Amino acid sequence: MTVSRQRPASLKELDYSILQQCMHCGMCLPSCPTYRSTKKERHSPRGRIALMRAVADDHLAMGEELQKEMDYCLGCLACTSACPAGVDYGEMFEVARAESESTRQSSSLRHLTRQLTFRGLFLHPRMLGLAGRVLRFYQRSGLAGLARWLGLPRILGRRMAELEKQTPKMEKNFSEELIAEHEAPPEGVPCRGRVILLSGCIQSLAFSRVNRATADVLLANGWEVVTPRHQGCCGSIHAHNGEPEMAWEAAEKLMAQMPLEKVDAVISNAGGCGSHLKHYGSLLVENDLGKEQARAFAAKVKDIHEFLVETGFRSPKKSIERSITYHPSCHLHHVQGVVSQPLTILKAIPGLEVSPLPNAGICCGSAGIYNILQPEESRRLGAEKCRDICGTGAEAVATANPGCHLQIQNHLDESGEAVEVTQPVLLLAEAYRLEF
Amino acid sequence: MEQGPSEFVSVLYKLLGEEQVLWEQADLIPYGFDGTAVMKGEAAVVVLPKEREQVAECVKIARAFDRPIVTRGSGTGLSGGSIPVEGAMVLCTVHLEKMDEIDRENLTVLVEPGVITEHIDQKAAEVGLFYPPDPGSMKISTIGGNVAENSGGLRGLKYGVTRDYVMALEVVLPDGEVTQLGSACVKDVAGYSLKDLFVGSEGTLGVITRIMLKLLPRPESRQTLLAMFPSMEEAAQAVSAIIAAKVIPCTLEFVDQVTLRCVEDYVKIGLPTDAAAVLLVECDGHPAAVEDDMVTVEKILKEGGVSQVQRAESEERALQLASARRQAFSALARRRPTTILEDVTVPRNCLAEMVGFIKEVAKRHDLEIGTFGHMGDGNLHPTILTDEKDEEEMHRVELALSEIVDKTIALGGTITGEHGVGLAKKEFLKRQFDQGSYQMLRQVKKTLDPDGVLNPGKIFDVE
Repeated sequence: MTVSRQRPASLKELDYSILQQCMHCGMCLPSCPTYRSTKKERHSPRGRIALMRAVADDHLAMGEELQKEMDYCLGCLACTSACPAGVDYGEMFEVARAESESTRQSSSLRHLTRQLTFRGLFLHPRMLGLAGRVLRFYQRSGLAGLARWLGLPRILGRRMAELEKQTPKMEKNFSEELIAEHEAPPEGVPCRGRVILLSGCIQSLAFSRVNRATADVLLANGWEVVTPRHQGCCGSIHAHNGEPEMAWEAAEKLMAQMPLEKVDAVISNAGGCGSHLKHYGSLLVENDLGKEQARAFAAKVKDIHEFLVETGFRSPKKSIERSITYHPSCHLHHVQGVVSQPLTILKAIPGLEVSPLPNAGICCGSAGIYNILQPEESRRLGAEKCRDICGTGAEAVATANPGCHLQIQNHLDESGEAVEVTQPVLLLAEAYRLEF
Repeated sequence: MEQGPSEFVSVLYKLLGEEQVLWEQADLIPYGFDGTAVMKGEAAVVVLPKEREQVAECVKIARAFDRPIVTRGSGTGLSGGSIPVEGAMVLCTVHLEKMDEIDRENLTVLVEPGVITEHIDQKAAEVGLFYPPDPGSMKISTIGGNVAENSGGLRGLKYGVTRDYVMALEVVLPDGEVTQLGSACVKDVAGYSLKDLFVGSEGTLGVITRIMLKLLPRPESRQTLLAMFPSMEEAAQAVSAIIAAKVIPCTLEFVDQVTLRCVEDYVKIGLPTDAAAVLLVECDGHPAAVEDDMVTVEKILKEGGVSQVQRAESEERALQLASARRQAFSALARRRPTTILEDVTVPRNCLAEMVGFIKEVAKRHDLEIGTFGHMGDGNLHPTILTDEKDEEEMHRVELALSEIVDKTIALGGTITGEHGVGLAKKEFLKRQFDQGSYQMLRQVKKTLDPDGVLNPGKIFDVE
């Protein structure tokens, strides 16, 4: 038997003081989307912690009920922002999901689907790229329209129809077609240093223009940008869905592609990925040889907004006349604590009229692949988010995570609202471009 | 091992629908506790009625199946009042959240018990009115729970506690009868003040199903300051001096260094963590009067032992400071696994002595105690940071608590200023009450709830 390098995969092995940290004061309740929805304690952070603690105490078996509960939790971690006691819900959540997965009486179809997607696609960048090209052909050749016209998705079942709608729309050009491996700041802009750009898995296929914009704003501010080819998934999807071994495999592959020497920072532009990358150090048990290296890597990771504000960025000279609101991605806001920086960037663009979004800290329901696994709750949250966005009267909403972007776009399209979905770096890059 | 719903549950299903009745273990465990440390129970069933009218029916069904009833709001109580006793039906009021339009001619509002405390003041603010009680948990606590516990808050010094705002109640009695207590009149001396018997009764006499609250005109302006002290005693003396100077701030809060550091660790707003003690002072009212009061307060502070005074430069900063203070209790949990909070209250001229005594106790028993509280009304929250799994330390905790309680009583104080007795302070109540008053508590309970079905075993034992 090999000794596992990953951190504990069962609640009993988890450091008990993490579970004990919760003093069940209830301050987390109003921040939790699922508690707000049902007002039942088991659907609240402190309720879930009580259930996890009951499992660790041998008072409750890890069975179907707890699996259902952990599936229902979005993992948005709004509770950790709300918790004065500093409870590490994120750690408990990932351990509980891993234990829940490993004890699940899984159907062979479910097992096969998970293997195909989590391993087949998300651990093999070339396979993902191939799938992206097939999808791009399907979506852009007119086949998708034909299929819809023939009612194929509906014939294949309601879930298939939902899935078809939620599939990210592939960009005409993927990241690697848009960004060279090495790019230097334009002439006249003195070089301040070098950064690595994380292009992300889905991001580089469906949001390649966000990657291009990220590179553009970095270049405009004097940073040399290195974008390694064939980057894979960072493993966040695996960690959040109870696959810690695959998560580590993904992390190792990604780190191997990123030489840290002579690099000032590793830049992430997706809230969910960035938060996971910053926690690479905690994926392994103490004393593991790889832990130091993972920590060193994590320490270099910066969110693009965080990096720009920290190192200083140039306000654009040209203005964009638009009213806008900002939806913070949960993992950017609640996990990375990058709260004010995206707003600082938006407010630095002349002409943008930024209005606050009510209930900004509440999840939009995208939450990784939650929208696929828990469509009902996801739809409820998506609709609520759209109501709040439209209520501001803004012409556009900015966000900084591919999942949120898609979810909000889908819900706005569905309700026929003409609000544009964009990202802070897209706007900043646009404003810079207007200067020429 | 799979068991279906019992007959009791089936009858409740018929009344409320399956979604609103919980009986499986994974559903019940999260209702086994409230905000109180260490204490736990497990209910037999939890019901979440969606209509006020269903409450009386729930009570009747529980009676028919011989089940005790424990009423619960958001479960943020701090004395174990809503912890379920064995075999209990927990009656959770969170879905009873209707709030009527504010009666602007009478300055009242009619609410159901599940309405969130903060929402009442927000709604009042829309029409220039004010609901002052603001317990630390007001973002999630329910008004029903506040009335049942007679909760206080940061503004108790000037504005009093929940009781001072309850004008009338609708209550379901233990036999399922619905009755109205109090009235919409400012003056009302008809008979005993029965509504006052139910305020603070901790769910032992009836289930509150509707509340008429009094509102006040919203103060026009507010000013806030922070005062830093080199010792806790000097802060306590400053409080006595402010009150003796006939200034009544709406808030006069105190935080010691242990607490301050935990709070700053969470809120990160640049609190002065090198001070041994900090006072948060807030005055409200007419702008000119507020300014006068603030000048007087600053003068008194400077004549005393204050090391530094900072006025909040904006409304935003003032809100930030008050909200930081509200996080004190939960933030203290950052330090150790178990956080045991006390609620002792003493006459205000004894504050310095009491604060000094708590420090001595901590030293004598080698414990870490963070103290904060509502100094203006003599209400202290010494909080012991410990680990429930450490038996030897827990023994020292018990000794310390016992000494703090004895000292409080000796100074003419009370064991609880705003959290209630519940389970946590049941033993101490006997020390505070004399024979006559303790007996009277039992007689009241026996008269109104002769079979002991409502929250039995809380506050005191009937026999």
